[in-house]
Amino acid sequence: MEPLTWTGSLSGLNIIFTAVLVLLALGIVAQILISFVPQTDARAVAGDGTMASNQGASGFINMIVNYLFYALVGITLIYLVLGVVMGTGAGILGGMARQFLPVWTALIVTFVLSITFKRKLGLYGKLFDSTVGMIGFAIVMFWVFTGVFGGVFDLLVTHDSLSQVSGMKNKLPGTPLRGAEEGDYQWFLLGGDNLARDVFSRLIKGSWVVVKIAPFATLFAFMVGITLGLPAGYYSGRLDTILSFLANLILAFPVILLFYLLVTPEIVLTGIPNYMALFLFIFPLVFLAILLNSRFYTQPSFRTPLLIVVLGVGAWLYLSMVSSDGTIVETPTYSIPGIPAALDLFDIGSGILVVFVSVVFVNSPTVFRIVRGLALDIKTRDYVAAAQTRGEGPWYIMLWEILPNARGPLIVDFCLRIGYTTILLGTLGFFGLGLESESPDWGSTINAGRRLLSLYPHAAIAPALSLLSLVLGLNLLADGLREESLRD
Amino acid sequence: MGLFILRRLGVMLLTALCLTFIVFWLTNLYPNLEKLAKTQGNFRMSDEAVSSYLGDRGYLQPMPVKFGQWLGVMPGWVTEKDDGKTFGRCFSEGTPEDERPTRCGILQGDWGFSTVFKDEVGSTLLTRLALTGKLMFWVLMLMVPSALIVGVLAGMREGSKLDRSLSTFSIATTATPEYVSGVIFIAVLASSKFGLSPILAEWGWIDSKTLFFGSATSAMDDANFWNFFLPVLTISLYGMGYIARMTRASMTEVMTAQYIRTARLKGVKFSDIVLKHALRNALIAPFTVIMLQIPWLLNGVVIVETLFNYKGFGWLLVQAASNNDIELLLAVSVVSVVVVLVTQLISDIGYVYLNPRIRIS
Repeated sequence: MEPLTWTGSLSGLNIIFTAVLVLLALGIVAQILISFVPQTDARAVAGDGTMASNQGASGFINMIVNYLFYALVGITLIYLVLGVVMGTGAGILGGMARQFLPVWTALIVTFVLSITFKRKLGLYGKLFDSTVGMIGFAIVMFWVFTGVFGGVFDLLVTHDSLSQVSGMKNKLPGTPLRGAEEGDYQWFLLGGDNLARDVFSRLIKGSWVVVKIAPFATLFAFMVGITLGLPAGYYSGRLDTILSFLANLILAFPVILLFYLLVTPEIVLTGIPNYMALFLFIFPLVFLAILLNSRFYTQPSFRTPLLIVVLGVGAWLYLSMVSSDGTIVETPTYSIPGIPAALDLFDIGSGILVVFVSVVFVNSPTVFRIVRGLALDIKTRDYVAAAQTRGEGPWYIMLWEILPNARGPLIVDFCLRIGYTTILLGTLGFFGLGLESESPDWGSTINAGRRLLSLYPHAAIAPALSLLSLVLGLNLLADGLREESLRD
Repeated sequence: MGLFILRRLGVMLLTALCLTFIVFWLTNLYPNLEKLAKTQGNFRMSDEAVSSYLGDRGYLQPMPVKFGQWLGVMPGWVTEKDDGKTFGRCFSEGTPEDERPTRCGILQGDWGFSTVFKDEVGSTLLTRLALTGKLMFWVLMLMVPSALIVGVLAGMREGSKLDRSLSTFSIATTATPEYVSGVIFIAVLASSKFGLSPILAEWGWIDSKTLFFGSATSAMDDANFWNFFLPVLTISLYGMGYIARMTRASMTEVMTAQYIRTARLKGVKFSDIVLKHALRNALIAPFTVIMLQIPWLLNGVVIVETLFNYKGFGWLLVQAASNNDIELLLAVSVVSVVVVLVTQLISDIGYVYLNPRIRIS
């Protein structure tokens, strides 16, 4: 069988696509240059006495750039739609477009539903008023859906991400699978890596590792940061001094050194990551307990059952997270028993647990500093003074007066921080720390691919571009959210 | 001001002590020591042999005592074997009795012995630091001016096309970690089979096989544009976006100030407004950011030196950590922690010094 080209029978479109792209770039440069020239607003008086202002040269160029941009988006859509229809007939891109069909469907459904009901959806709905925010959201959701469909349901992948196929070592993108059987997918869409595994399938499996860890790690870091940062900012004084000192202590560590110290097999043997997990994972529970108690403590008949249910479920989840195989800490010399394996809801592999804990540990001091700063600022507001006069408790003021009013910057930072966590996960993979070496996550794949980078770059470039696009999407999303949250 | 600096110095010393103790504790945990004994002795050592090896070399003393000896405030360990041989932390068997020092540690200038490089830690560290110093110098020379120019150009007319293009550029660079941009640069510019180099070679524009070198090993002795630019660019790009965004934010704030409007109403030329009135006030905030960015560059240095095989400080860190070279790793952490803390101190002092609105009595 012939190797696939990038665009297959659609290659006639390539020249148009390139032309539009070059023209668009030129147009943007022209736009920038012309913005230095002062605008002469020529006003023409028509015969009937009305006056119309002329857009001038800059308006003309703006118009052209807009049309070029729409043309570019249109051609890209043609590639995708025809790719979905024609499959590998439209080359590698077509093949990938068809593999991603469930993702496209999910994206379209999400966007149609969100745009229809955007006025009822609060800040999330307002996101759909900003172009930048929508682009960012689309990229992020693309990877989320890819991770979920590919990682959980095994939908998008073409081959097994771990099996090695003889004769496919370092093969270029679009190489036909050697000795393909009837039911097999016939090509390695993005080529084979140095162990003859399919790069495309590993890419999709790798996105699940990121989508699974990064948001939760960030959420846990936020729980720790909020639970400690609010009292530090609100009470100030000695508590603040001690907590800030500790936060600065962790922040003064170069991240990579910390990773090298924490994420080694020898440290895992001592059980330190397990103790850190015990400590760090308790914060969401503490946070929930304080949050609900401070709100409902005046109605004990409602509060007590609520707390029992919430904390019961929370404690179960907590114990499931920290214990595996019936033990919480397992070292050669002693072990601390956890809940029995039958009650254990899910097991986090020890590699993932270490990575998770160290990422939370690195992120929480920064969140702490942000929350503390916001609390210091907001506690001087009138509504806080009003609540104090009403006789509200300090935790009620912190969690139900200060925190909701700090939500704008916190949501924006949450998006940025997921991106940063993704970068950290990639760093860990790049140095081969924590996750197993055959793990398909992007950092490990880049690490495996970089040795042959100058000869066979495709194995490292594909995950590198994916990571770049996901982080860029998160940054754009954060930018859109910032714009929209400033508006109200 | 003097009191302020003194207090900051005090806190800094305390932080440095705490941090080095944490590193010391983590590297001296028993599994690490066991691995050390097995790599230094042999891999099939029994548990008794391991503990006697460690016990002879003072590794099994209580943690604070070991830390004190490493710092040089407590007398070093001395072991007398049954056969009459005596050796200690500060001297070997052959040293005459009266030349044996009691204390040797950081305070005495003794950084210990590296098990990987079979050399004194102090001298190893100095050569590697010099190489990284060269890298960092060029990174700063590239990063700071370009970030400031991008930030000022974007911030002087908020919302213009130029602003939007440059802001998108800075967002894109902050979203590109070093291991991504480095991989892309090598693939596009330094690969003999892929990207630009084959095309340029075919046209006869370049003599060598590739445009840039994918490895910076040769830059350690003799750095030139073709073997040194890619690592420098890779590190600078990631830090640049952040500084540029901060500069832009501070520039837009200054450009809306009253005195800028007054200057405009007086009819001052726009370029004069930007260069003489706005720039000086707009550069206060970026100064802090640049200083605080230096510790972040340390991460970039580790990644880039690994990727481009440039054997500097970052490479040393990776070698020390992955080979469990305890004394070298400790020295590396001390240096990086000191770098972080000193830059923080400089940024604090500089901020107070530059900004006339802040006075600390």
